Amino acid sequence: MLDFIENLLGIPAPLLFGQLLLGLINGAFYAMLSLGLAVIFGLLNIINFTHGAQFMMGAFVAWMLLAWGGLGYWWALLIAPLIVGATGVVIERLMISRLYKLDHLYGLLLTFGIGLMIEGVFRNEFGSSGLPYRIPAELSGAWDLGFMFMPVYRGWVVVFSLVICLATWIVIEKTRLGAYLRAATENAALVQAFGVNVPRMITLTYGAGVALAALAGVLAAPIYSVNPQMGTNLIIVVFAVVVIGGMGSILGSVITGFGLGIIEGLTKVFWPEASATVIFVIMAIVLLARPAGLFGRA
Amino acid sequence: MGTSRRSLLAGASAAVAVAPLSRARAQGTTIRLGVLSDMSGPYRDATGPGSTVMTQAAAAEFGARGFTVEVIQADHQNRPDVGANIARQWFDQGVDAILDVPTSSVAFAVNTIAREKNKVFLNSGAASSDLTGSQCSPNTVHWTYDTWMLAKGTGAAIVRTGGDTWFFVTADYAFGHALQRDTTRFVEAAGGRVLGAARYPFPATTDFSAFVVQAQASRAKVLGMANASTDTVNTIKAAREFGLHRNMKFAALLMGLVDVHALGLETGQGLLLTESFYWDLNDRTRALTTRVRRANQDRPPAMVQAGCYGAALHYLKAVADMGVAAAKADGRAAVARMKAMPTDDDAFGPGRIREDGRKLHPVFLFEVKAPSESRGAWDYYKVAATTPGEEAFRPLAEGGCSLVRS
Amino acid sequence: MASETTAGAIAPVTRDESGIWGFSSAQLAALGVLLIFLGVAPFFLYPVFLMKLLCFALFACAFNLLIGYVGLLSFGHAAYFGMGGYIAGYTAKAYGFTPELAVLTGAAVAGVQGWVFGWIAIRRQGIYFAMITLAMAQMIYFVCVQAPFTGGEDGIQAIPRGALFGSVSMASDMSMYWFVAGIFLAGFLMIHRIIHSPYGQVLKAIRENEPRATSLGYRTDDYKLVAFILSATLAGVAGGVKSLVFGIATLTDVHWSMSGEVVLMTLVGGLGTVFGPVVGAAVIVTMQNYLAEMGAWVTVIQGAIFVTVVLAFRRGIVGEIAHLFRVKL
Repeated sequence: MLDFIENLLGIPAPLLFGQLLLGLINGAFYAMLSLGLAVIFGLLNIINFTHGAQFMMGAFVAWMLLAWGGLGYWWALLIAPLIVGATGVVIERLMISRLYKLDHLYGLLLTFGIGLMIEGVFRNEFGSSGLPYRIPAELSGAWDLGFMFMPVYRGWVVVFSLVICLATWIVIEKTRLGAYLRAATENAALVQAFGVNVPRMITLTYGAGVALAALAGVLAAPIYSVNPQMGTNLIIVVFAVVVIGGMGSILGSVITGFGLGIIEGLTKVFWPEASATVIFVIMAIVLLARPAGLFGRA
Repeated sequence: MGTSRRSLLAGASAAVAVAPLSRARAQGTTIRLGVLSDMSGPYRDATGPGSTVMTQAAAAEFGARGFTVEVIQADHQNRPDVGANIARQWFDQGVDAILDVPTSSVAFAVNTIAREKNKVFLNSGAASSDLTGSQCSPNTVHWTYDTWMLAKGTGAAIVRTGGDTWFFVTADYAFGHALQRDTTRFVEAAGGRVLGAARYPFPATTDFSAFVVQAQASRAKVLGMANASTDTVNTIKAAREFGLHRNMKFAALLMGLVDVHALGLETGQGLLLTESFYWDLNDRTRALTTRVRRANQDRPPAMVQAGCYGAALHYLKAVADMGVAAAKADGRAAVARMKAMPTDDDAFGPGRIREDGRKLHPVFLFEVKAPSESRGAWDYYKVAATTPGEEAFRPLAEGGCSLVRS
Repeated sequence: MASETTAGAIAPVTRDESGIWGFSSAQLAALGVLLIFLGVAPFFLYPVFLMKLLCFALFACAFNLLIGYVGLLSFGHAAYFGMGGYIAGYTAKAYGFTPELAVLTGAAVAGVQGWVFGWIAIRRQGIYFAMITLAMAQMIYFVCVQAPFTGGEDGIQAIPRGALFGSVSMASDMSMYWFVAGIFLAGFLMIHRIIHSPYGQVLKAIRENEPRATSLGYRTDDYKLVAFILSATLAGVAGGVKSLVFGIATLTDVHWSMSGEVVLMTLVGGLGTVFGPVVGAAVIVTMQNYLAEMGAWVTVIQGAIFVTVVLAFRRGIVGEIAHLFRVKL
């Protein structure tokens, strides 16, 4: 079997397995980020272009907690999403809430503008070259899997993000709160009439979506350079992931996130130059074949 | 915060300085230096506002010798069209010399315009050795470093210590290709071999694990990183995470002090890298650092920023030597005078400018200290080797510069 | 759904006053101001800056043809702008094409590209249309990074301006300015003419209510495709002229942030107004030019403008003025 793969593809099977695994890890980030985008889009009908900046803020808050407050990684995992989520609540109350009746275009432009401002302010305060953040001692080191050398931290990223994705899905699909949320997406006025405070629910949903982005930022801090532009390159890809999965589909965004991570990982082996473009090729094909995305409702 | 307010004020005063430039004033006895740099992008910390600070330091050190010196700055956003637009406007409105200009594509654009307008271009920030090769110009001096020198400095040194098989992780654009090509030449000349390369999309890549694992699978002894800035930092982080440091050497072909700062000594220790300036090199560099540190947001100058200081100081000396009017009228003559005079400044020591525009000075191979060896903030390097200027840069005959008479 | 609400936010179509060339009296006055500005400005302002402004103004007008009059938000217009620039630059440099020929070649290639991409994209509406155009623009970006003729990251440098019709040298900024101003004016008037033709009326009908237009017997897809091709071609013209003005064609112009920038210009000026994109381009280009000294604050200021426009001046500068005085601009 292994020989067959090697002969067919012209690369050693262990390397191929390794790359599949790495793709899965990258997919974990895509999944977490697109999950937040999907939750926000599903309820608010807003395409949150600030998401990349909020991901970056998560990483920076983790750094600040350590550098200024002496609080390490585990605390950051808890506190950073709360802080960044709170800023999200403020942004939603002050600005985004004025746009719900309008076209997607305006929400996209507004959040894009907010993202630019946040990024610019961080660049002025912290420079552009980035700050160091270490992998926590409990998660350093690596396993020898035989076909490759697997850092413990990367394994943790996959497991943790799977748990978060699953938890989010359960909250939205299986709980009473989730039922309210879904109902509000369909008919906000009716849900309001039943005595649910819909505006507050919307605000908190945005906060939660932003907190997911920040959580991904904390996860990324130890392995990527913590710098103001760290979210910029990611956001447009994640955006594509959400579109391919079907706008607003929670499950779709998670599955697509992991799936595209793997496809991208394979591209990095066979044609690395194209690895940033492959996702857009897939997006074009999917949209032509299935207008509402792979898991979206038309 | 204090720092941001300061930079805002600096920016505002610069804007005031450039806006009302009139032709009448431009003819006076003022030499105008324009620092055109990346003020908002990834190279901001290594170039950017610090380059302006260092140019001002040169003007202050030069003092008043019959003419005044004005320094203005602008952000080219790493976009050649923006850079070309500002350069044209500056030259047309009385700026005599443009300094710094990181990002080779912008530098080439400014290079062309400076020649067309017969002004002076003192490049410190761009890497491409083509600036003194196929694109060389009688109006341009390339001061600080270039791809050829980096490739030789780091590439050849590592082969000498036994790292004779290489795998490259290369940013897929002109700069990355040039760095890989130049380094390959040195590796092969020294008897080494290149086993493979992965070209990744630039600037759209944040995760480098796939490429470092490919490098690992190649069983090469050296991981060559033909990239810069954040990409290099992320590559090294990934490489250490996947344990490449156990059986591979890391060759970061373009890496500077601010990148080491971003990486942290814990992850960066033992790296070999090439630079032509380090603040803690000798008494002169330390004195210079003490003078500018406060203005430079409490950071020591980085290599490219120091280059702006050296280039500006030497240009001003040449202007004083030939007369302000003559220097303003003819940029080519000013550069010719700069080439005729030996250089000497606190950052690079004595040196000279070659006829193709290449500034020659010693080049250092540094090793990044372990955390235990570092005695304080920004104490990051120890010198591993020194190459004299005449040997560190590409020989005159090999560049293909049309200014060189064969 | 998306296109309907877009239309709701911009100035509603009132009765179509058919003055000279379909211009209303207010528009004629504005056109007069524009013509005077074009004639006088180069003697007071820096010509290269003005030329840059005009290139972007034409680009924004071309973009506005789609979003403002057909209700299609393209998020990949940089592909046509940038490709027009590359082709014009390459033909001028490598084959010695005269400027008008180089620009026409660039526009033709951009137009063909628009034909193919438009044919694919118009099958989808709203945000999905935007995403497909973005996806295809990203592919073009990839082609431009990889193809040898574009010069990769360094771009095509030192493009000659050449001589108009092979006889009038464009080397001086002033003569180049008149060439650029002429092209801009021609493009601007052409777009205006298209909008006010019977064909343009059908486009507006599609924007307001596509199913109704279909039920009236119009093959809406054909109309949309032609509008897309026209928009792409004019974007190509703008890109081609820009590369000749600056003598360089680079990846900046095909990058997705350029697609975002043209949305910003059009939005700031006023979607679906004739003069809005021109004013928007002028504001943004001036800002980029004079804020260049501000360093990293440029990003913050640009972001703040986005936010302010979306929250407070959704009609854009020209749209708000038109609304205030109850005229069409």
